[in-house]
Parts: sequence; structure tokens; C-alpha cells
Amino acid sequence: MKNIKYLIAGIFFGIVLVKAQVISWFRIQEMFQLTSFHMYGVIGTAVVTGIISLQLIKRFNIKTISGEPVSVKPKTFDKGQIFGGLIFGLGWAITGACPGPIFAQIGTGFTVVGVTLLSAIAGTWVYGAIQAKLPH
Amino acid sequence: MQLLKFIQQPWHWSVSGLLIGLTVPVLLLLGNKAFGISSSLRHICAACFPANISFFKYDWKKESWNLFFVAGIVLGGFLAGHYLQDGNDIQVAAATQERLATYGIHDYSALLPPEIFSWSNLFTWKGLIFFVFGGFLVGFGTRYAGGCTSGHSIMGLSNLQWPSLVATVCFMAGGFFSTHLLIPYFFKWFN
Repeated sequence: MKNIKYLIAGIFFGIVLVKAQVISWFRIQEMFQLTSFHMYGVIGTAVVTGIISLQLIKRFNIKTISGEPVSVKPKTFDKGQIFGGLIFGLGWAITGACPGPIFAQIGTGFTVVGVTLLSAIAGTWVYGAIQAKLPH
Repeated sequence: MQLLKFIQQPWHWSVSGLLIGLTVPVLLLLGNKAFGISSSLRHICAACFPANISFFKYDWKKESWNLFFVAGIVLGGFLAGHYLQDGNDIQVAAATQERLATYGIHDYSALLPPEIFSWSNLFTWKGLIFFVFGGFLVGFGTRYAGGCTSGHSIMGLSNLQWPSLVATVCFMAGGFFSTHLLIPYFFKWFN
């Protein structure tokens, strides 16, 4: 039952994704055609909010609700961030969705995006299968 | 009812961005969880089709919060899509509308164009490109990059991680390439 809180957080996050319209294929086209500020505004505000929140957590040593200290693992660099990043970017513009929005798009009633999800799972699986052969 | 009407309008980017950004501290404070969604795809592989691949041999149940979170996103998408929309067309920049018209896209009644995102397209080239090929790139690319827009561009940048900045720049570069050099050709080919 300890996971119910994440289900509830997910529900709120899903609602925000839809209301922010960041799950819209149209908004993604605008972003990459540089015809609207919307997506840049959303992502920029989110990053600034995240930075301030993390700084506050660190500065005031804020603990989790169960009293543990907050810890975040640093990201380590490998070439995957370049090659994988480019590959994901290609798919982002085509599908109009990154992984979070795929789930929200399905929820709003575009059930055919379930096919996109299955294909994304297949892509993840193929990456796992050939990981050792890829440059990292 | 005034409140419902208020919520049903499309939200301003600053409100949306603020709420998305707050997901970072909320997940940390709920239980030290790093915001990230593409990992859920890996957990699904590990749970359903591990196939003796070492990348999928780990205790995915320990990460099951992530699956609850994405299940919540589906539910939230349902609630917002069915009860929190005002029913108006989505407002899209005129220049983009002009360009999409050349692709044969004219319907702005929903968040996604039904000219692409409908079941009747599934077994066509359009379906193959937009659902199967596109989805594969998203799943493969995010795992290869070690994260997606949430894990790198929001969580990673919030934590001032430079590898996440590299990833984000590459996400954008790939998106620009697709939008300007691939998608126009796909539509020329379909129509």
C-alpha cells in the first residue's frame, strides 16, 4: 500500500500534462518549428522550479516524510547521452510524445497510442539485448 | 462550478511548468524517488520479458513505485481528458497550421490530430512510421541515453547535472532534425 501515494502523485501529474498540453503532438511540432514559446516556457519554468526546490531541500536539510535525508544520485556521462539522446529526439518529434506523455495520451482516449507504447517497450528491450555492442 | 470552469481552460505555461517542476521535490519528499518515467519501460521488460538479458536481471519490484506512478498518469490523463477540457479547439500557431495543412492535417478538435492518431491508420505506412517506428525510437533512445525529458531535462537539470544537459541538447537536435528533414518527406510519401 506504500505505493498508493505514487499512484496519486501520478494522477496529478497526468492531469497537469494534459492541461499543460505538453502531450499534444501539435505543441511538439510548434516547439521544433519554433513557432510558439509554450513548450520552452513550460520546460524552462519546470527546470527553474526544480532547481530552486532542490536547493531549498539541500540548504535547509529537509527530510522525506519518513524522516530520511533526501539523496539524489548524480548522473554519470557516457556517449549514450549523445547517441541515445539523438535517437530519442527523432522519435519525440514523430510521435509527439516522450514516455510520460505516451501514458497520458492513452488515458485521454487515444488508445492507438498503446501501439506506440508497445513499440517503445520493444525499443527498450532491444537496447537491453544489444547494449554490450553499442558505444558507451 | 466556477472553479471547474477555471480549471477547464488551457493552463498558462508558467502554471504548467511550476506544477511539473514541483513533481521533483514531491517525489523526493514522498520517499527519495528520482523523477523519471522512461525507467518504467525497463521495469516492464524486466517484469514481463527478461529473456535472460543481464540488463533486465534486477529486482524490478523494488522500483514498482514507478509503475504505480505511470498507472496514475494514465488515470490522470483520463480524468483530465474527459472532465477537465473546455471542448474548444486547440490554439496552434498560424505558421504551424499552414505547414500542417500541406501535410493534410486540418482537425484541431483534440490534442492529437485524428488524421494520424486513429486505429484505421494502424496498418498503413502512416501507422508504421508514427506509432511503430516512432515509438521504437523513443524506447530505444531514452534507455540508451539513460533517461528522457523527465529524468534528464527536468530531474537532471534541476540537480545541475551536466550529462543531462548534453542529453537535453541531443534530444532537441534530434527533434529539429526529424521535424525539418524527416516529417515533411514522410508526408510527401503518404499523400
